[in-house]
Order: sequence, then structure tokens, then C-alpha cells
Amino acid sequence: MAVYEDWSTERAAQVISENRHLEGATMPILHALQETFGFVPDPAVPMIAESLNLSRAEVYGVLTFYHDFRREAPGRHVVKLCAAEACQSVGGKALAQYAEEKLGVDMGSTSPDGRVTLEPIYCLGLCACAPSALVDGQLVGRLDRDAIDEIADCFANGKSFGDA
Amino acid sequence: MLADKDRIFTNLYGLHDFGLKGALARGNWDGTKAILEKGRDWIINEMKASGLRGRGGAGFSTGMKWSFMPKQSDGRPHYLVVNADESEPGTCKDREIMRNDPHTLIEGCLIASFAMGAHAAYIYVRGEYIYERNRLQAAVDEAYEARLIGKDNIYGYPFDLYVHHGAGAYICGEETALLESLEGKKGMPRLKPPFPANMGLYGCPTTVNNVESIAVAPTILRRGAAWFSSIGRPNNVGTKLFSLAGHVNTPCVVEEAMSIPFRELVDKHGGGVRGGWDNLLGIIPGGASCPVIPAEQCADLIMDFDGTRAVKSSFGTAGVLVMDKSTDIIKAIARISAFFKHESCGQCTPCREGTGWMWRVVNRMAEGRAQKREIDMLLEVTTQIEGHTICALGDAAAWPVQGLIRHYRHVIEERIDQYAANPHPDPVAVAAE
Repeated sequence: MAVYEDWSTERAAQVISENRHLEGATMPILHALQETFGFVPDPAVPMIAESLNLSRAEVYGVLTFYHDFRREAPGRHVVKLCAAEACQSVGGKALAQYAEEKLGVDMGSTSPDGRVTLEPIYCLGLCACAPSALVDGQLVGRLDRDAIDEIADCFANGKSFGDA
Repeated sequence: MLADKDRIFTNLYGLHDFGLKGALARGNWDGTKAILEKGRDWIINEMKASGLRGRGGAGFSTGMKWSFMPKQSDGRPHYLVVNADESEPGTCKDREIMRNDPHTLIEGCLIASFAMGAHAAYIYVRGEYIYERNRLQAAVDEAYEARLIGKDNIYGYPFDLYVHHGAGAYICGEETALLESLEGKKGMPRLKPPFPANMGLYGCPTTVNNVESIAVAPTILRRGAAWFSSIGRPNNVGTKLFSLAGHVNTPCVVEEAMSIPFRELVDKHGGGVRGGWDNLLGIIPGGASCPVIPAEQCADLIMDFDGTRAVKSSFGTAGVLVMDKSTDIIKAIARISAFFKHESCGQCTPCREGTGWMWRVVNRMAEGRAQKREIDMLLEVTTQIEGHTICALGDAAAWPVQGLIRHYRHVIEERIDQYAANPHPDPVAVAAE
């Protein structure tokens, strides 16, 4: 389970200044902010723009162009299910439906209690052991209903998958 | 069939140590200094003589591409960028290199950068490749520690290598979009010219190469251009990583000689088509963007650039998707159209609007809820997308649909007849022109 810091302008300014010397710093800064806070909130956009001498529109454009960046806080746990061809061909869709029921959250959203976020991802490169998923940053292959039950149980007990 | 002694990637399946120790035992980093001492011109001439064609899909001569870089720097630095944004559905060869043989790539980066006068190289790894990124970064760190690369490496050629992470966008595999993304902008392709060799990364001369093209370079230079060009048939030489997926008995990634007949490839390495050769419906030879080749043309198909072009398809990345007769071909193409619609960056109107339009029409055709005259209308629209966009994504979206209509028009017509023969409450929709 990833533990993120609460949003604070000072901390964000610090993260930005740590990375602003890099070449093409926008993406590294966005990655770093997301690692720190779990997402990139809107107040960060003008801060990045100012420090890199870009327009707000440019930073906003980059932030919204790439699927990996989040603008809203994720759940305490993040499950990314592979929705690409190889995983679909071995029952990925049915499994995704089961995961939606079991975790009580629709694909592409966060549960109301903020426990879990369920998202599709397109090909983790683990097609040989499909269906695959990324659970709290950990790769999981040969996913089945039992594994999803286990993941759901871990989350319900406030543990991270793999700690048990 | 390729002999074991001619294989370049000797740890493709991860059976041995991927790290530096294992790589040294397998012969990587052997005689690198001697190669560098022969000079830039020798390396580029040798690469040209080897006949290596780019492994990323377009098949442009790698040696030629390297020679386009300015011989003398005009004060701007030169860059090498390695395209590891392998996102094409059906292609999975570069990930095996990065996972299991990363030192072939790192050594290739050093040699290629030396040949082009670049002191810095970037490897752009797609955001979803987590395992690959960790492995590659570990290998780069090892190489730095052993002073094989770095500012004061043992070869006396200052060279820095950076592993850059993408953030989940297929379009960033297009070379100029990749450069934009590296610069920290939206991954939208640039107009060419100016070509990257003149104005690339940060406006400096840049060469963008595929992972495999770079990773095979050290072995070619060690063993000689004549060895590499003796494999395969003229103009399509060398060894190549093929990935076999779909309805074969044993899907795999395998290094084989170019110009191998398709049937031999699928029987030897894929364990045959599921349900036997006669159960074959068609193949997509090089990743989702290549037009489908029907079974009757597969029997004599030679797997190389010219062989696939002869049947109006394209070799692409040699990620072969095999489909047997249980496949609903219209639905399969509709799925591919959905992918390109999702990944269109939205910069050019023909692609932004056209990919969605094609997807909607092909989807209706998959149900049969269409008019027969729409087939020609669809074909007409694909030709209006193809060649009218900045980058090749428009072409890539149009080709699978063209292949479908070229070879499976009768299937679409049957489906429409079938739908029309049954009663339905709603009238059949017609696409807006």
C-alpha cells in the first residue's frame, strides 16, 4: 500500500525545485509529484508553469495528454487490470467484471470510501502469464477469481497485497 | 533454420544471468575498444555493408540513417534516442531484449553514439513496462559501475545513458512524438522536414532507432558485415526476432533468419496452427497496423520486407498474429480500429475524425447492421486518411480496414445479408458522409 503525503504547497515547491534543473523537466516533475502526493492536483499546474517558464496551458496539456497522470486523489489501494488483447483473450473481461463486483467499484473510478481505485491498463508485457494486473505497484500474473478474492481480503483487512 | 552459433540474443528466454557477469560470459562487451578504435567511418560503412534494415517497422537502412548525422558538430550536441515504446498490439520482442539481454542494448548505445558523435543517449521505455524498466536500469547502473559507460569510462569516450519513462501513450512510439515527449511536451508528432538528423531533440541532431536495431549492432561489428548479410536473401538480410501470437500451439518470441517461409516459422517454433494448417484463416504479419494476409497467400509467404510487400501487406515489427477459422475477422479488425481511435493524438483532422468514423462503421459491419454500399464508402474514407496526416498513425489505422475489405468483402456482405434476412425493430443505420 502506497502512503502518500498530504498536499502542501511548500512540499510541492520543493519537489519542483529538486527536478527543475533536468532537461525536459515537465514529465520528471509530474512523475515526482505523483509519487509524492499520489496525484497532481490543479494548484500544481501554475506552480510548474512558473518554475519552468511555460504557459499554464502547456503544462495542463501535458498533464491531461498522458494516461498515467492523475488529477484526483487515488484510493489507498490501486488495482490496474490489463485490458489489452492478450489478457482479453483469456477471459480478462469477465475477470474485470468480477473484480468490479468483488471490490465494489466501477472500472476507472475510486470507491466512495476511498479504499480502492480500479483502472484499466494497456499491456504490462506479461502476455505469457495473462491475465495480469498491477496491484499497488506490484506485478501479478495468472490472475484468477481466487487471486481477486485474496486481493479483496487483503484490502478489507487494511493490508497490502503481498504482505500477507 | 538459424544455427545456434548465429544467434545474437543468447539469453532471450532469461535462462541465464541478465546482469553484467552473465553478459560478459556470453561475449558482450568483447573487443568493444577495438571496434571504437577503427573509427566512426568504419563503423558506419560496416553497418551499411551489413544491410541491416531498421527493426522498428519502416525497414530503413540503419547504416544509412546513421550516416545522415552531421560529420562535424556545429556546436550543438548530438543525441541518440532509442525507441523502447513498444506498444503495438502483437509486438513483444523488445521487452525480451530489455529483460534478459539488456547489455546488448547498452553496448549498442555506446557504439552507435560513438559512430554519430553523440555523448548522450536516451532510452525511452513505455510507462507500462515496469519489470523491463527495473532490469534495464539495473544493467545501466552496473555498466556505470564497471566504467563501461559514463563520463570517464575505460574507452575514453565520455558517454551518458539515461533511461526515460513514458506515461502511457502509444503515439509516443512515433519518432518525433517521442522527441516531443522527451522534451516534456505532449506527445504530438512534428512535421518533417526538418528531419531529426538536423533538428531533433532540443533542436539538435538526433537519431532515433529501435531497440533491436541498436542491440544487434555490436555483434554485427564483431563478426563482420559479411556474416550478417549472408543470412536471408538480398535486401532482406540478417537475423530477426519474430514474435508468434494468437492461434498457434506454442506462442513464442524467437530469433530466426530473415526470409524464413511463414509455414516453416509457424510449424517449427509455433507448434503449428491450432487445429492444423487447414484451420488457418489469415495472419497479421507485423503488429496490428499491417493489413491481414489471407490463408491462401500464407502457404508460400516469405517472412521479410519484400515477401510481405508482395502480398500488399507490410513486415512491420514481425509480431505475427495468427488467426484460425474460429476468428470473427470483422470483429477482430473492429477491435484494432478501436485501439487506433483510442490512441489518435488528435492533431490532424483526418486521423482524429476518421479513426472514430471507421471504428463505428466497422463495428456495425461486425453485426451486419450496415448497407453494402457502405463498404465502398469505407474504403474511400481509408484512402482519404492514408497519407493525409503528419505521422503514420493515420496510415496504420487505415491499412487493417483496407486489408479487411480487400480480402474479406464476401464475409462482410454475407453478414449484412444475414442481418437483413431477419426482422429487426430499428431501421438499418447509414453512415453520415
